[in-house]
Amino acid sequence: MKLRTVLMGAIASLPFAQMAMADAHEGERGRDGEVKIIYWQAPSILNPFLSGGTKDVESASLIVEPLARYNPQGELTPWLVEEIPTVSNGGVSEDLMSITWKITPGIMWSDGTPFTSADVKFTADYCMNEEMGCAQLTKFAGVTSVETPDEMTVVVTFAEPTPFPYGPFVGGESPILQAAQFADCTGARAPECTDQNFGPIGTGPFVVTEFRTNDVITLVANENYREAGKPAFASMTFKGGGDATAAGRSVMETGEFDYAWNLQLAPDVIAQMEEAGLGTPVAGFGPLVERIMLNNTNPDPALGPDERSVIRPHPFLGEPAVYKAMSMAIDRPLLVEVGYGQAGKVTCNWVPAPAAVNSTTFDCSTQDIAGANAMLDEAGFVDTDGDGVREVNGVPMKILYQTSTNAVRQDFQALIKQWWSEIGIEAELRNLDASVFFGGDPGSPDTFQKFYADVEMYANTFNGTDPQSYLGNGLCDKAPSPATQWQGENISRFCMPEFDALHAQLTTTADAGERAAIAIQLNDMMVENGGMIPLVHRGRLSAHANSLGGIDLNVWDSELWNAADWYRTGDNR
Amino acid sequence: MTDSTIAQPQADDKARNQWWDVWDQFKSHKGAMAGLIFLIFITLFCLLGPLLWSLDPGKLDIRNKDLRPVYVALWDGSAKTSWANPMGTDNLGRDIMANIMQGGRISLAVGWTAMVLAILIGTTIGVIAGYFRRLDGLLMRFTDLVLALPLLPLLLVMMLLFRDPLRAAFGPENGIFILIVAGIGITSWMQTARIVRGDVMALKEREFVLAARSIGTPSRRMITRHLLPNVLSPIMVSATLGLATAIITESALSFLGLGFPSDFPTWGKILFDNVDRMTRFPERVLFPGLAISLTVLSVNYIGDGLRDALDPRIRGQ
Amino acid sequence: MLTYTIRRLLLSIPTLLFIALVIFLLLELAPGDPMGQMPLTIPDDVKQRMREALGLGEPWYTRFGLWLYQFFVVEPQYWIDGAFGTNFAEGKQRIISFQSRSPVFDTISERIPQTLWVVGMSYIVGILIALPIGIYSAYRQYSVFDQAGTFITMIGFSIPPFFTGPLLIVIFAVQLGWLPSVYDTTHVVRDWDTFVTQFKQMILPVMVLALQTTAQIARYMRASMLDNLGQDYVRTARAKGLGESIVVMKHVLRNSMIPVVTVIALGIPSIFGGAIITEQVFKVNGIGQLLIIAIQGNDIPMVMTLTFLFAVLIVMFNIIADVLYGVLDPRIRYD
Repeated sequence: MKLRTVLMGAIASLPFAQMAMADAHEGERGRDGEVKIIYWQAPSILNPFLSGGTKDVESASLIVEPLARYNPQGELTPWLVEEIPTVSNGGVSEDLMSITWKITPGIMWSDGTPFTSADVKFTADYCMNEEMGCAQLTKFAGVTSVETPDEMTVVVTFAEPTPFPYGPFVGGESPILQAAQFADCTGARAPECTDQNFGPIGTGPFVVTEFRTNDVITLVANENYREAGKPAFASMTFKGGGDATAAGRSVMETGEFDYAWNLQLAPDVIAQMEEAGLGTPVAGFGPLVERIMLNNTNPDPALGPDERSVIRPHPFLGEPAVYKAMSMAIDRPLLVEVGYGQAGKVTCNWVPAPAAVNSTTFDCSTQDIAGANAMLDEAGFVDTDGDGVREVNGVPMKILYQTSTNAVRQDFQALIKQWWSEIGIEAELRNLDASVFFGGDPGSPDTFQKFYADVEMYANTFNGTDPQSYLGNGLCDKAPSPATQWQGENISRFCMPEFDALHAQLTTTADAGERAAIAIQLNDMMVENGGMIPLVHRGRLSAHANSLGGIDLNVWDSELWNAADWYRTGDNR
Repeated sequence: MTDSTIAQPQADDKARNQWWDVWDQFKSHKGAMAGLIFLIFITLFCLLGPLLWSLDPGKLDIRNKDLRPVYVALWDGSAKTSWANPMGTDNLGRDIMANIMQGGRISLAVGWTAMVLAILIGTTIGVIAGYFRRLDGLLMRFTDLVLALPLLPLLLVMMLLFRDPLRAAFGPENGIFILIVAGIGITSWMQTARIVRGDVMALKEREFVLAARSIGTPSRRMITRHLLPNVLSPIMVSATLGLATAIITESALSFLGLGFPSDFPTWGKILFDNVDRMTRFPERVLFPGLAISLTVLSVNYIGDGLRDALDPRIRGQ
Repeated sequence: MLTYTIRRLLLSIPTLLFIALVIFLLLELAPGDPMGQMPLTIPDDVKQRMREALGLGEPWYTRFGLWLYQFFVVEPQYWIDGAFGTNFAEGKQRIISFQSRSPVFDTISERIPQTLWVVGMSYIVGILIALPIGIYSAYRQYSVFDQAGTFITMIGFSIPPFFTGPLLIVIFAVQLGWLPSVYDTTHVVRDWDTFVTQFKQMILPVMVLALQTTAQIARYMRASMLDNLGQDYVRTARAKGLGESIVVMKHVLRNSMIPVVTVIALGIPSIFGGAIITEQVFKVNGIGQLLIIAIQGNDIPMVMTLTFLFAVLIVMFNIIADVLYGVLDPRIRYD
């Protein structure tokens, strides 16, 4: 394991990381007693293949591990293998049709049996079973076979050339399960294996002793963990439930817990908690973007169910002057300050990370109400009837602006509504219960896919570092419609033949530099042509007790990816 | 029994005087008078306040965010205060006083309407079930059913079925108002119904009811004259508790995204939104919290006063 | 009375089946979907397969029938197997939660202890405080005690737990550091020290919940006592020389209990229903938290089972209340 040395000090907001380096925290396994983690969303299952929820994937990452992970810089890092296979080291075949993983010898499952390629193959078969309903099936997209020439070698073959073959067995969403334990749990029987799903045997630093669904997990150190002296903690309590405020408070104000996950709280609330001096918030940035999607179809309630939000165009949102003016009227730095603080950055892009694919084409960091008004005036969209709302070809610019219920989003709605009103656009606000909004129930008019509104705000991201399939969310045929039971990822119903053609080119390009260039072009096309208005590049903000060392917040993989390295600093303040 | 014999002649020849008596008795109840005065004050504050205090509650003034109320300057000279926002502003610079007024309008309207609706349904079902034995089984099983329904999915279904038609018929605000009031009203009458039924069943066997029945009093008059006045006090208690519950339930609904759009303040929502900041800005929870509590308290005292005033055994003593 | 009770019990079977049907249809009709909480990074076709794996492809009546079969046949068989070592339930599918893919009843039995400890205790505390307050307030109407009691209970009732909970946490956990803000559900009471820990972690949630219960019951008790204190029979009882305590505690109290019994009978099922907000604030993770998470995740088997158990309790306790009416006031007859 040659990876750890570079990782420290990656995040500047760890004041003690530098000073508490090296030998201060080495010693025998279990020397530091207990560590307590709180997730305000409680894990319900420890098998990531049966639930795609972040809480489930991350809690499971303490126990089961993939062959390779992403590190906090978004780089692939070997985990249970010797090195990352590439074309240059011969691990990926020249024709990009297969990838060969070499497992590190000597790795044991926590029950003391050896970890072999058979387990890896079993995991692939487990997830690819038709009857199972595997949540991580996309990880195995295009895989035709997984072969095991010997106990330490795994060869994954794809149906077509795959420039980015790091889907299967990479990242917290695709860990390896033990074949012996899950042998009777394949296919339709997968959900019946409660004992296995609640207590998987893994190679990770901790072993489950008790799992209470949606409540608490108790774990102890894995005696067969591959690194001597790790983990430093003998036991772990992983509590779930409550809300983000309470979680932050229990780490930073009362000191009852050591680590709190994903504190989506207003910056002033975080700052106030930090003043108590017991804990420190840390932030990291993945590709998560809070954005306003512009409906490219007509959501008029007067239209029938087969036409509403299906037929094009929108009465006025398709006009470049309109969506550009709407974007110019927004004061993004203020949104960041009000909503996210250190966990937010201004962005004008759909794909703001990794850095290589972040476009620099647009600048949207300053609000320009006057410019926006001028642009609308110039396009001839003026207020003809004196009610303060502009008209486009006789249609007043009144829009329905919906989002899910959440304190920050409601603040954003209020601010943006006011700015739009200053450029003569009237917005009616609607907030919807998140379980309905993101639920995808074709019977409900309130899902984000149905988009029975003019604009809607939410955040989206992608796993790993390769944006190809995420950029595919702009393809014409991905638009939800009654024909597809309102399924589909192209929420704004953006449709541009050039975009589709360029994306097709991306899928066949192998060179990393060229791929990034195409990704940037696709990003620019989407933003320039009225698919969405990006608002804030959102980070993940978690907090840890000052007495907990070794934290290196990772947004590209599970946040708990390096729990084996955590230790007690003995520093309480 | 006393009720029927005393109330009867008064009601027949000197109806006006009876209400004067009630009012006299009511006036002598200090708590009730204080409650009435506060209730009138808070209602006027919310209804007429916005005419005098013309700041728009939704207007964001981000430069003047997080202002403290003016009284803070008394002990903390460094606090940011402004007479333009006497109660301070919130984290987006909205004037808190304007929000309390606007929020009060909605909260009071929701609270009263939902409470009256719940009491009406509850009392009607309770009296009918208690009085007519044949309907008792059916009505009480229906009550059991409604008690057992999970509130949240029920409201989601109501939202799904009725939001768009109501929005089309009454506009976005009134449509949501009707929906919320109906939602709260039809899910909170069951306790009242069961209490009233229990009391009516006991009363029905009392001598004065038997006497009234023996002289051939029809059911309708039986209920309005003899039974209802005697179950008034539990109804009053239900009403006061119901008002508080309705105001708070409304805030829970907006928290779940089922209530008013986010740009409509209500007391409960202001309170909820600011719980995270209560140590730094105690006024933001104090004002809405006090408004809710004092309103409920004053309604409670008025209820007490009314009950005393309407009870002929106490009146005139 | 006995025939009445038996008749009511028999009648409750069709009632409950009907309630089950209505709840199921309501959940069917409600918008939302078990996939709603999956991240947006999972594409729709994968979600569709996951839905099918959950059995959502079947029509509603098939799923309702399956639930009935599992609830009334498989689960009892499973218990019998557990108790007597038989094999009736061999190979039969129990009711499985969508979220955790584990048997619903296992999770419920995990949650019962903390719910009973916290919510049940708060109910007992609430009743024990409320009854004396209610009785004495009515007996000494408009005394200082009555005024203070009214003031405190009404303020307590009108302030929602989402505010009192965090307020108490800020005072007792953050500022003073006396009590924990997070409830430890894995804590086991073994000896005096562990009992003290348990007691400490229960204080705050019990306080918040008991405030609501106390206010409600005390108000009904007081109102009902006041009604009865003015009645002729009280004057008669006093006139024939009975002591005040006998008059008040025996005659008046007994006659005033009908509304209070109703309120308590309606309250006991809600103990098992948990206290959603308070459980959430203190991370008690009892039945209330289970229900709200299941509702948010559209975990239909879990919501269905919990609400149905809840319905059974409501129906049973309402029968008990009706029987108690007859005991308290022998004039009430049902036959």
